[in-house]
Amino acid sequence: MKQDRREFLRKAGIGALAGIGALAGLNPLSALEKTDMSALSGKPVPGRTRWGMLIDTRSCTDGCRQCVTACHRAHNVPDFGDRKNEVKWIWKSRYEQAFPTSGTQFQKPELLGREVLTLCNHCAEPPCTRACPTQATFKRRDGIVAMDYHRCIGCRFCMAACPYGSRSFNWLDPRPAISEYNREFPTRERGVVEKCNFCSERLARGLQPACVESCPGKAITFGDLNDPGSTIRRMLSEQETMQRKPELGTLPSVFYII
Amino acid sequence: MIEKALKGNRAYWAWIALLIVVIAAGLNAWAVQLDTGLGVTGMGRDISWGIYIAQFTFLVGVAASAVMVVLPYYLHNRREFARIVIVGEFLAVSAAVMCMLFILADLGKPQRVLNVLRYPTPNSMVFWDVVVLNGYLLLNLVGGWTVLGAERKGVAPPSWVRPLIYLSIPWAFSIHTVTAFLYAGMPGRHLWLTAVLAPRFLASAFAAGTAILILISFILRKTAGFDAGDEARKKLTVLAAYAGIANFFLLGMEFFTAFYSNVPAHMHSLQHLYFGLHGHGQFVPLMWLSLLGGIASVIVLLVPALRSRSSWLVAACVGLVASIWIDKGIGLVIGGFLPTPLEEIVQYVPTLTEMTVTAGIWAIGLLLLTMLLKVAVAVKTES
Ligand code: SF4
Repeated sequence: MKQDRREFLRKAGIGALAGIGALAGLNPLSALEKTDMSALSGKPVPGRTRWGMLIDTRSCTDGCRQCVTACHRAHNVPDFGDRKNEVKWIWKSRYEQAFPTSGTQFQKPELLGREVLTLCNHCAEPPCTRACPTQATFKRRDGIVAMDYHRCIGCRFCMAACPYGSRSFNWLDPRPAISEYNREFPTRERGVVEKCNFCSERLARGLQPACVESCPGKAITFGDLNDPGSTIRRMLSEQETMQRKPELGTLPSVFYII
Repeated sequence: MIEKALKGNRAYWAWIALLIVVIAAGLNAWAVQLDTGLGVTGMGRDISWGIYIAQFTFLVGVAASAVMVVLPYYLHNRREFARIVIVGEFLAVSAAVMCMLFILADLGKPQRVLNVLRYPTPNSMVFWDVVVLNGYLLLNLVGGWTVLGAERKGVAPPSWVRPLIYLSIPWAFSIHTVTAFLYAGMPGRHLWLTAVLAPRFLASAFAAGTAILILISFILRKTAGFDAGDEARKKLTVLAAYAGIANFFLLGMEFFTAFYSNVPAHMHSLQHLYFGLHGHGQFVPLMWLSLLGGIASVIVLLVPALRSRSSWLVAACVGLVASIWIDKGIGLVIGGFLPTPLEEIVQYVPTLTEMTVTAGIWAIGLLLLTMLLKVAVAVKTES
């Protein structure tokens, strides 16, 4: 069924999407917003890791928030209970919010409104690090876009530069708003920006990211995009996947199966 | 020379006292903000810059517009600008100081601001903005002050100052171009992601800045008995009118490109600002006020029968400044965040604390400008 639908879409050649893909130079041949792996990492450096994530939205249950809770607990993310001062590292958006440039006409009715996990994409060409005036946010050698909370001056240029709304600012002192304090991860001060760190602290201990581990539906696969033998690479080569706003050239490391 | 700023009549001191009161209120509000965090402002996760950055953007333009008197006077030897060129330079100095204060007020960690210089990052436009703004401040301060000092002594200005003044001309263009680049290079913010942003910034800056100069010349004539001359005002009026036309022309280009191409991402921000989007249109009345008021002002500046009357001229200048202030502040900076990257519309309302800080910084700038102009007028009327 899935295969048929894809086949059909390709034949029908959903025009707008093909156009966007071609413009971005990502995907001149296929009709879907599929990722062309050869264009992905620029120059894959043998032996160097590029962490990436594949989220299967079909296995992600509406209403479930286990990954969000696990992540926010692990990283002492405060909860102010209001939208203005909100800090979040991973959250659920609706399909049409996560993929606003994708076509929504004549799609499966249940597609619109489907919950999609959204988080920092750890872009290979991150506009946020380009905008930062102090290199307080920077790309690590393993592809993770990291933050130095001690260097950040709180100018919020990275927030304006990120086209995915992935970054949060500490408008107030976060500490009183942390419900369960985790001693193993530092808290932040007010006045600095923060976001998902791909659980670099857990990776260093050989653990999978907290969201991956906590997902009851096993919807998230995490691995090395630069290793052709990794599970994530095998899955990417076998499935149709999407990235958010591929037309912007940010080369996200988070992929989605819709 | 500075002692000349300390002699004045009652009205002068009343004005200074008023400014100091506003500054004190502003500092107090800033202390509250430092103590509690930027959460005391109306900014939030989705609209992460507000009136601070809006004032900054507007004032960089005011600073840059000094070039509208410096260029004709120093490069083309237009004598009619002789009495107003120093006003332009000192206006630039005060505006540049306000710009820096607004940036400082906007920082989450102002105590770390020197990190920008400790870790210079050429790929960040902020780094360049800091460099060009400070450079521009120095060029205008040194240039204006030195020429004025020579005038007081009745001697020709030292020869080293001319190259500095010449340098300030392209530098003025650079500060506003770099400020536009702060915005224009961001993927996914379509109101900003446009090649005409820098030209439009320059056009609106030259319109608003020149109009402010005309207004200051009226104020100086009334309060200090210092007249920059009708000839200078006439020339400036024409400059403001054409810069205003260029600004609205470029705005028209934005509308054409967005709506003829019919690309949703390009249309959304403009739709939200001018017509409302998904049932939200917080800024629609303001944007139309800005657009219609601005066009009406430009028309007044263009029609000789109208602009030759002082009352009309003053009204048109005020109208043009207000129009551009709304358009560049609220429209461009705040409107640029909407719809959000996740296609949502949120509201932004500045808080009292935020507005008091803003007023305080304006008062610091006005105090500086008042004192600098006091010195300039004293020297000019004595010589
Ligand atoms: S998603 Fe946003 S914050 Fe994350 S790397 Fe990309 S641009 Fe930066």
